[in-house]
Amino acid sequence: MNILFDERLDGELVRREKSEVLNDLQQAVPDMTLLHREEDLRPFECDGLAAYRVLPMLVALPETLEQVKGLLQRCHALGVPVVTRGAGTGLSGGALPLEQGVLLVMSRFNQILKVDPDARLARVQPGVRNLAISEAAAPYGLYYAPDPSSQIACSIGGNVAENAGGVHCLKYGLTVHNVMRVDVLTIEGEHMTLGAESLDAPGFDLLALMNGSEGMLGVVTEITVKLLPKPETAKVLMASFDDVEKAGRAVGDIIAAGIIPGGLEMMDKLAIKAAEDFVKAGYPLDAEAILLCELDGVEADVDDDCDTVRRVLEAAGATNIQQARDEAERAKFWAGRKNAFPAVGRMSPDYYCMDGTIPRRELPRVLKGIAALSEESGLLVANVFHAGDGNMHPLILFDANKEGELALAEEVGGKILELCVAAGGSITGEHGVGREKINQMCSQFQPDEISVFHALKAAFDPKRLLNPGKNIPTLARCAEFGAMHVHNNELPHPELPRF
Amino acid sequence: MTELAMHAADRDIADTLCDQVRSAYETRTPLRIVGGDTRAFYGRPVDGQALTMAEHSGIVSYDPVELVVTVRAGTRLSALQAALADKHQMLAFEPPMFGEASTIGGAVATGLSGPRRPWAGAARDFVLGTRVITQEGKLLRFGGEVMKNVAGYDLSRLMAGAQGTLGVLTDISFKVLPIPNATHSLRLSINLADALKKLAELGRKPLPITAAAWHNGELFLRLEGGNSSVSATQASLGGEPLDASFWTSLRDHTHDFFQLSDGQALWRLSLPPHTSPLALDIPEADIFYDWAGCQRWVKTSLDASTLRAACAAVGGHATCYTPHAQGGAVDPFTPLNTVVEKYHRNLKAELDAHGIFNPGRLYAAF
Repeated sequence: MNILFDERLDGELVRREKSEVLNDLQQAVPDMTLLHREEDLRPFECDGLAAYRVLPMLVALPETLEQVKGLLQRCHALGVPVVTRGAGTGLSGGALPLEQGVLLVMSRFNQILKVDPDARLARVQPGVRNLAISEAAAPYGLYYAPDPSSQIACSIGGNVAENAGGVHCLKYGLTVHNVMRVDVLTIEGEHMTLGAESLDAPGFDLLALMNGSEGMLGVVTEITVKLLPKPETAKVLMASFDDVEKAGRAVGDIIAAGIIPGGLEMMDKLAIKAAEDFVKAGYPLDAEAILLCELDGVEADVDDDCDTVRRVLEAAGATNIQQARDEAERAKFWAGRKNAFPAVGRMSPDYYCMDGTIPRRELPRVLKGIAALSEESGLLVANVFHAGDGNMHPLILFDANKEGELALAEEVGGKILELCVAAGGSITGEHGVGREKINQMCSQFQPDEISVFHALKAAFDPKRLLNPGKNIPTLARCAEFGAMHVHNNELPHPELPRF
Repeated sequence: MTELAMHAADRDIADTLCDQVRSAYETRTPLRIVGGDTRAFYGRPVDGQALTMAEHSGIVSYDPVELVVTVRAGTRLSALQAALADKHQMLAFEPPMFGEASTIGGAVATGLSGPRRPWAGAARDFVLGTRVITQEGKLLRFGGEVMKNVAGYDLSRLMAGAQGTLGVLTDISFKVLPIPNATHSLRLSINLADALKKLAELGRKPLPITAAAWHNGELFLRLEGGNSSVSATQASLGGEPLDASFWTSLRDHTHDFFQLSDGQALWRLSLPPHTSPLALDIPEADIFYDWAGCQRWVKTSLDASTLRAACAAVGGHATCYTPHAQGGAVDPFTPLNTVVEKYHRNLKAELDAHGIFNPGRLYAAF
């Protein structure tokens, strides 16, 4: 897989001398911090997908809207690409820089502008950390619902760009369900407000379109989010299973009983072991799989639901069911799950985290497929799922220092995503396509669908200057690398040049 | 397992519809996309050849355990709701139904949501995926049948509320939710100022409220959730019991309030939460507060600019529900800001270059 921007496949970029762009921007936006020395650029060469690194031409760290506007206007005029970055915690390389591009870092926009407890809204700048919003709302008994695992570090601007999820999505939705309004600067530097503090806005739902658009349609400069009353109580049940498929079926049984848990997570044996070794969460090491089921809401309802879920789990063949006795034990149960990635990281020099989604009923079949791929490749795979909403995070263990293992891990990852697509799912549930899954987009979407995405992009950024090479592949890339299958020896898109 | 719920009358006419769109594209013939034709009053009149969706009907797949249903756009809302209710599930956004012929495609295209909207979410929030006929008459699939999917741009949600101006919705996949175990509606005598204050207070607590309206000195509340919380909340709020049909009458505008006098038009004001009563010359009896005050139905002869200025001042907007031909505003939807309009035009030009999809339905210019 060729992860780095390839002009032959991803489209030509305007070539400008670094000194020319630097001088131009320094003159146009004199008071903005602009990094240009290699040692200053180095820290920005990757985001959370650290296996891929590119040194940007320049890094801009604006502090005012006027600076962002000035930067965009000049880049538009010069034809220089702009990659926007928040906290840099993204896992799909959505903020991977371009050699010929400016990296626009929004981290200095870190103010919570307003928390309105009566309207239950918070107005924040894009560089504010996800968790900081809930902390600011806490004195009013309110919180911001989406909670990606990186919530202590990730910024809300990046959450909007990726339409970030978390462990509570099934009940409380993704970022798109919790954002009321965004302020955006277009590549031409024009300001737009999309959405509103009211529950809808006239015209097309461009707010929905902006969520998850990976910085390809505009630069988000301010966000208004919805706050929810903190549930009165949350209780968590941990169920052990001697068989992964039984655990998978139990997930469906809970939903079938009419219960929408606040969180419903599953881990397999390898992930259990990793987490237990790391945080001593009290997980059963003899289990093939565990389910963590959190029920939240009004105390009396939660107690009723806990009884129902317990009965369902027993009927589904759980070998042990444990309810966290107190808040401390509940936190411990979750600590194992929330630290599953770093825990797996301790077992192996490197791991590669996938993010496919599937209809839940396909879980046993996809798990078997993953096990087969693991065996065939010789790479271990630990499975962690947001089981309630069918979002799988298989973690492929490898050692990048061993010749060919990274490529092998990527190959296994790609095949896992194709399994998800074949099962009627998606290549990404919450991490985004970014640069990482650009080739797999070709297996999820047909060329005509990809062309519609290009048309949407053209409506906002016809010169393709915002984050080029991410999210939507070119048809040339799909023809070259994509998983479009060759039928009867007929190559798809015979009209396209091949390399 | 997926349950197929095909009825004798259910048909898949997507191929025919694609042919019709292709021919309209070639001949540059504007199309008026029609489902049950019960929502034609909403938006500007469209002058075009009818593209009839009603025959493209039936549930394609429904798996209650997955919480996902996929349905053809021409399926009647009543049929879909009955199929879901049979499995003790529902469309949580409570789509309004302005007549028995009302279809799910129309519900999504108009993007309207009922009384549960502030608590559960809007129509677009439950759309997981769509099949769409493009201007060239190609049937394409966006989104999917899974709860989480961030691959590509969210074209499906863009289609919700676009009123058919960007493409033809043929199939829609929804996230569905269980019908709550317990429900209780009640009415309380309380003046407007106190009611709005009370709603703000209640809103900050994790109570099982799923509808809240105020009219003529009464606050109407619906509680839904577990048996324990609903009965406890009911006991603490008091009030008189209210028949659940009240919410349907509010949702579908069959409540007596929606009878207009001569010279009046019906307006919908969409306002931020916790907005005080607007300083408009409208008798209190002619305003119905829904969505805990975020959606206000107003019967008035005031002109569009007066209403819109008052809404804009507090961050809201106003939509006219009375067609121009019956005395309503020429532009039912609030005009867009210049930059936002530019990108609307760009989008329309990209997805509907010849203006064949419901031209002028939202705004005269596109």
